[in-house]
Amino acid sequence: MTIDTSPAEAHDSSHHSSPPGTIHTEGGTHEGASDFTYVKIALALMVLTGAEIAVSYMDIGKAQVPLLLVMMAVKFFTVVLYFMHLKYDNVLFKRLFYSGLFLALFVYIVALLTFHFFE
Amino acid sequence: MSDTTITDPGVSEPDPDDGATLDEATDGTTLVDEVIPTATDGSRSDDGLDHLGLAHHTSTGLSNTKLGMWLFLGSECLMFGGLIATYMLYRNRQGDAIGPDQLWDIPFTSASSFCLLMSSLTMVLAVSAAKRHDDRNTRLWLITTASLGGLFVAGQVYEFTTFYREGLGYTTSLFGSSFYTLTGFHGVHVSVGIMMLMALMFMLSRNKVAGDKAETVEMIGLYWHFVDIVWIIIFTLVYLIPA
Repeated sequence: MTIDTSPAEAHDSSHHSSPPGTIHTEGGTHEGASDFTYVKIALALMVLTGAEIAVSYMDIGKAQVPLLLVMMAVKFFTVVLYFMHLKYDNVLFKRLFYSGLFLALFVYIVALLTFHFFE
Repeated sequence: MSDTTITDPGVSEPDPDDGATLDEATDGTTLVDEVIPTATDGSRSDDGLDHLGLAHHTSTGLSNTKLGMWLFLGSECLMFGGLIATYMLYRNRQGDAIGPDQLWDIPFTSASSFCLLMSSLTMVLAVSAAKRHDDRNTRLWLITTASLGGLFVAGQVYEFTTFYREGLGYTTSLFGSSFYTLTGFHGVHVSVGIMMLMALMFMLSRNKVAGDKAETVEMIGLYWHFVDIVWIIIFTLVYLIPA
């Protein structure tokens, strides 16, 4: 009989699908990434922030806003997945958070649409 | 570190996406029976399960504290979503009054954003140290996080003061009201986070943290990272995207 307790990848004792720098426990579970990995992630976030600021000063026409939004989303999910450990944690926590997040996105995009915000 | 056996070998693996399955198994055992090892005297130990989010004998098999925190953060998304949507609607509604283009000081706001972003790194290092039961480094990273948060709030106070002197009061325009409400609410969240960090440091130094220390640090860490991700959105939508 198998019951998956699913700290995301807890059943994966071979660790073949784990990202580099992940710390594994004896039971094949994940404690999160190593401190060095966190520093590398923070550096990547810094670079992305610098790129965002640079793009905000550039005159690249219609590509500017989508580019800024994509970089914002990458930074957002990097913090959520790695620093908040959602990548390694139980799937139920993910569902709770993403329910709130996507409900908010849906509700307020609809609200903005009713005010013709995107026209 | 846990040496808990989580699945029985030799039986087909379930779909990983169904990880939170809490149903009774076919032989009548429950998730809790499965994941919490039973000693020879029949007693159970929860040690080492907290980091899995599987603490103590809760009905879900998960830590109620952590479950509650994620639920709270999910609901906070709705609150900040409302404030951000309101700002987006009113960002160009300043009439003849001063507007964002005359006010924003991007290099200054970028520097304070950098402080908050780096505080997320120091916070995750505090959580990491707490999981290693390294109290000294936990306190060190917590004080660094609180200091960076303090710098951010100081920057925001300076920014608000400057904007006010330049003519943007809370009731000057719809733009002013929505801007101050959004960024002010975020600033209050950061300030509450700083108070929580200071209280946690005090309690850690007095050894007054009840229950699992690492989980307590992690919960405050989750809140702190949340204020960081909200600022990631505010920084782009409010400051970087042209009005």
